[in-house]
Amino acid sequence: MKLSREENAILEGRLGAGARKAMEILTALGALSGSPDMVEVRSVQVSGVSYANIGEHGLAFLEAWAAQGSRAVVPAFMNPGGADRRLWRSLGYPAAFVRKQNQVIAALEKLGVQPTLTCTPYHCGQTPAFGQHLAWAESSAVCFANSVAGARTNREGGPSAIAAALTGRTPRHTLHTDEGRRPTRLVEVGCRVKSVADAGALGYLIGKLVSEDPKGGVPYIVGVEPPDGPMRLTWLKALGAAMAASGSVGLYHLDRVTPEAVACGRALASRLAKRSVVAGLQDGHRALGTGRGAADLVAIGCPHASPDDLRHIAGLLKGRRVKTPLWIFVASDVRRQAKKDGSAAKLAKSGAILVSDTCIVVSPLKELGVKTVATDSAKAAFYLPSHHGVGVHFGATEDCVETALRGKHGA
Amino acid sequence: MAPDTKTLRGRVLFPGEARGTALRSQVPLGLFGHLDPKTGVYREAGHPLDGQCVKDRILVFPRAKGSTVGSYILYALRKSGAAPAAMLLSEADTIVAVGAIIAEIPTVDGVDLASVPDGARLRVQGGEIRVEEG
Repeated sequence: MKLSREENAILEGRLGAGARKAMEILTALGALSGSPDMVEVRSVQVSGVSYANIGEHGLAFLEAWAAQGSRAVVPAFMNPGGADRRLWRSLGYPAAFVRKQNQVIAALEKLGVQPTLTCTPYHCGQTPAFGQHLAWAESSAVCFANSVAGARTNREGGPSAIAAALTGRTPRHTLHTDEGRRPTRLVEVGCRVKSVADAGALGYLIGKLVSEDPKGGVPYIVGVEPPDGPMRLTWLKALGAAMAASGSVGLYHLDRVTPEAVACGRALASRLAKRSVVAGLQDGHRALGTGRGAADLVAIGCPHASPDDLRHIAGLLKGRRVKTPLWIFVASDVRRQAKKDGSAAKLAKSGAILVSDTCIVVSPLKELGVKTVATDSAKAAFYLPSHHGVGVHFGATEDCVETALRGKHGA
Repeated sequence: MAPDTKTLRGRVLFPGEARGTALRSQVPLGLFGHLDPKTGVYREAGHPLDGQCVKDRILVFPRAKGSTVGSYILYALRKSGAAPAAMLLSEADTIVAVGAIIAEIPTVDGVDLASVPDGARLRVQGGEIRVEEG
C-alpha cells in the first residue's frame, strides 16, 4: 500500500505510540483488503463501547492504548454503552456493571472520543455530507450514512475505528470506492409497506437475500417508497438497520429515493444478473416475532429515536398512563432537544422513560429481569433472542404503544 | 548432517521472529469463548485442538471463526504470558489481523498449511517459514 509522507511519519511515531499502533493496524487492514492507499476521514464513530460486549479484556486493552497518550485528530464519538449514566440506579442496572462501563467510557474519552453514546450521531449535529469519507462502526449508522446521506464508510470494528480516529485515516477499499458501491442484486418489492415495523421486516428479508452475494451485498430496491413527512427518515433508518443486522449490509440503493439511485437512476442496476422478488412481509414478521406471554417491557428507539419519533409517540399516548414500562432509547442530545420542544414533558406525564447512553441490544437484560420485550424494531427483534434469550413481540409503533397502555400484549 | 529443511513464504501481518513447535488445526479456530485467555488452553468439544495449549507454540490454522471480540482474546493471552509464539494461517480476517497487532504476535497468512506437519519444528522470520523436518 502506498503511504504518504505524513502517514509514514505517524508509523514512525510522530503522533505518539498510540497513533503508531493505530497506523500499524490500518496498514495491515489495508494489505488484507488490497487497498491502494489511505483516505482521510471527516469523522469516526467508535463501536465496542458496551462492557457487556467487550468484557474485561477489551477494557484492559482500551486502558493500555489510552495510556500511550495519543488522541483523536478528527471528530470521534461513541456508540451506546451498556447503561444510562443518569438513570441506571432507578432502572435497575447493577452497580458493579455500571462501574466497569464508566471505566470503558473514561478510557475512550482519554483517547479523544466524545461520549455521545449513540447509534444516531446524525440526530446530534453529525450529519455526513454526500461523498464524504468516514470511519463509522455501528452497523445501522454505517448503513444510514452510506445509503441515505451518500457518504462513504466501511463497516468498521472497535479497534479499527479507534485507529482511524487517532490517525484521521482508513484504508481505501469497498464502500470507499465507486466499484464497491455498485449494486449486487435487484430486489423488486411487490407488497405494501405500511409501517416502520413493515420497513424493518422488509429490510430483514432483503438482508437475508443479499447475504450470500460475494464481497457483501448491495441491494438496489424498486417498487416501494417511504412515506412523506416526519416518519420518512425513521422508515429509511429501520429499513437499513434491519438489513445491516440480517445481512451485514453497509449500503442500499432505493430507487428514486437514495442519492446515488437518484443520480444514476435504474441504470445503476440495469445489468444485474441477480434478481429477487419480495412478494410479502409475513415471513419477516413471523421470524422476528418469537415471544410468548405478556411483554414485561416495551422498547422503542432501536436505532435511537429522533425528535420527530418522540413527538409522534407523545401524540399516540395523548397523556394516558402506561401500565407496562415503556422505554424509549435516545441520544442524550435528543433528550435535551425533547425537553425544549415539550415532548419530553408529555412523555413523562404518560410514564414513558427516555433512556440515554445505552440501547436495548447492549443493555444487560438478564440482570434487569427482562424476559419478553415488545418492540417496533426489526433490528432489536433480530438480536434479542440470540444475545439475551429474550422473547419478542414485533409490531407497529402504534401497536407497541397500545401494548404499553393496555398492560399486556394481546391480539 | 543438518536436518532437511524447506522454506515457505506468506504475507506478513505482524512482523517478528519466532521458533517453536507447530500446533496445527485443519479446521477454523474460535477465539472468543473457546481459547482460555489466562491459560491458553483451547476448549471446544469435538475440535482437534480441544484440550491443547497454544502457549509458546506456533499456531497453524486455516482461519478464525466467530465473535469480533476475538481480537481482545489474543491481547489477553499476551498479558497472561500464554500467547502463541507465532500464528500461521491460510487466510486471516480483520479480527485475527487486529488481534495479532495489538498482542504483538508474529503472524503470517497465505501459508500452505499442508506443508506444515503438526509437531514440526518451525522457525518464522518475517514472511519466511523454515520447516525443520529432522
